[in-house]
Amino acid sequence: MSRENVIEVRNLRTQFGDHVVHQDLDLDLRRGEILGVVGGSGTGKSVLLRSIVGLIRPAAGSVSVFGRDVTAMSGAEREAIERRWGVMFQDGALFSSLSVQENVEVPLRAVPGLSDEQRVSLAQLKVSMAGLPFKANADFPSDLSGGMRKRAGLARALALDPEIVFLDEPTAGLDPIGADAFDKLIVGLRDALNLSVFLVTHDLDTLHACCDRIAVLAEKRVLTTGTMAEMLQVDHPWVREYFHGPRARAAQPADRSEG
Amino acid sequence: MTLSDPSQAQLTITNRDGDLALGGALVVWTLPRTPPPGAQRIDLTDLQRMDTAGAHYLARQRAQGAELVGLSQSHRILLETVSDAIPAPDKPAPPRSWWHDICRNTGKRVVGSLSTFVQMTEYLGRFLAALLRALRHPSQFRLTSLVYHCQQTGLRAVSIVAVMSFLIGVVLAFQGAAQLRQFGAEVFVVDLIAISVLRELGILLTAIVVAGRTTSALTASIGSMKMREEIDAMRTLGMDPDMVLILPRVLALVLMLPILGLIADLSGLLGGAIMSWIELGVSPSMFMTRLGDISVDHAIVGLVKAPVFALIIGIIGCHAGMMVGKDAESLGSQTSASVVSAIFAIIIADAAFSILFSVLGI
Repeated sequence: MSRENVIEVRNLRTQFGDHVVHQDLDLDLRRGEILGVVGGSGTGKSVLLRSIVGLIRPAAGSVSVFGRDVTAMSGAEREAIERRWGVMFQDGALFSSLSVQENVEVPLRAVPGLSDEQRVSLAQLKVSMAGLPFKANADFPSDLSGGMRKRAGLARALALDPEIVFLDEPTAGLDPIGADAFDKLIVGLRDALNLSVFLVTHDLDTLHACCDRIAVLAEKRVLTTGTMAEMLQVDHPWVREYFHGPRARAAQPADRSEG
Repeated sequence: MTLSDPSQAQLTITNRDGDLALGGALVVWTLPRTPPPGAQRIDLTDLQRMDTAGAHYLARQRAQGAELVGLSQSHRILLETVSDAIPAPDKPAPPRSWWHDICRNTGKRVVGSLSTFVQMTEYLGRFLAALLRALRHPSQFRLTSLVYHCQQTGLRAVSIVAVMSFLIGVVLAFQGAAQLRQFGAEVFVVDLIAISVLRELGILLTAIVVAGRTTSALTASIGSMKMREEIDAMRTLGMDPDMVLILPRVLALVLMLPILGLIADLSGLLGGAIMSWIELGVSPSMFMTRLGDISVDHAIVGLVKAPVFALIIGIIGCHAGMMVGKDAESLGSQTSASVVSAIFAIIIADAAFSILFSVLGI
């Protein structure tokens, strides 16, 4: 692949007290790809996401985004880089005192000179692009269902058209139809905006439907990365069980189930 | 690779009588610089970058009759995606007249306050029902929880209640002495201190301090359990929230507040005695003799109010906790509202007690 890496994680070590979560972890995210990050519960998928966006300080190693080390950045550089990524947290992490539309307006308020009318119509556009009906604009997060909160969180993450989007379990807890629509939405947005997507998920259907590459977190590091076809060949007990288990077989599209 | 700040993106605009040419980056950061809609024809040959905000701008221009030329294939796809997603606003609700709003809000507030009052009596009933059930089936009663809450609301409050009451005694002696000395009636300062501390101040101020400490803690702890659906989980596991949550907390208050009131009375008298000795030369033995002449009714009248105040604090705290919704904001607003209404209700109850006792002639 000749595409550049937008995120490079090298020899990352994260630990809380004596508990080491990651040790010598390497990971790349290429421009325009959707990278699925999978791993058992408690392997630190969300922790990895948080260390990349700088919410957790790694104990050792480096995390570079667009070629710059995020752990050693000045305030201005950090601000610049934060405009180029968007994060969607597991439950949307919407501000509960603001309506959906106001939540999406929050990042847009950072744009100098943007008129109120432009900001409102852009926020409404993002809400609609995330697949929410127009009347959801006025709703407060506590009025929304889990799936709608996730969509609203995605709308906020995409408000400034970032180049990288981090999605933490976007389809967890959604009904299959909603999850399928979400997968299509992510792929559609990636194609339209050339997004790079860092997707933490457990959902095998999402992995099949969206991801260009998959990174498996196990044994405190990225055990292996590759396409879905490559994952099926990996000879590691956990990986084999994950990708060959009964749920995995059910999730495989018909054209792959023979191969 | 250099780290470019997207907010520094540049947009070039050339305008030749209605023919607009845009170049560079048409992104959200350059959107404020775009000319207002109304162009006939927009040339986009030199456009390098475009995001959804830019596509939104172009889609609106196109909707107003502008012709877009020179759009690259990828930008065209984005433009179509965005223009398909532009929402159709719902019809705005017909505006209501101001008197309609006033009537509506007043009605809502009145009904809301009445229903809160009804709910309070409901919670009092639930507490009493749980208490009776615990008496009938002592095995269901959670003694550990009761002891824990006694420690939290009672033992932990001893120091603040004692210090506060001691200082109130000191202040009363000091202020009373200054006034009574004018009549040469210094020795009556003992009556002043004893009656005001035992009858009113000791228990009232204790109840207010405990209301501030415990009501907020009750609302916050029950409210956060409510928020995380723990109370629903309890119900499905066959545990009765009245029995598990409300009974131990309210009962602990009912048991502890009289004790705290007694401590407040004693330390208020101690503060008064010390100050009268220093300021007026009333020796401790003289203080004790004068104190002996004062009817014990005053102390009883004070302490009798304690369980009622405890019920008010407990019921308001638990009720507010149960009213917390699913958002963090309601937790905060319920907590502060419960403290305010608990203190207010205690003062109202104290006034009601005064009237009652004066009618009874105690």
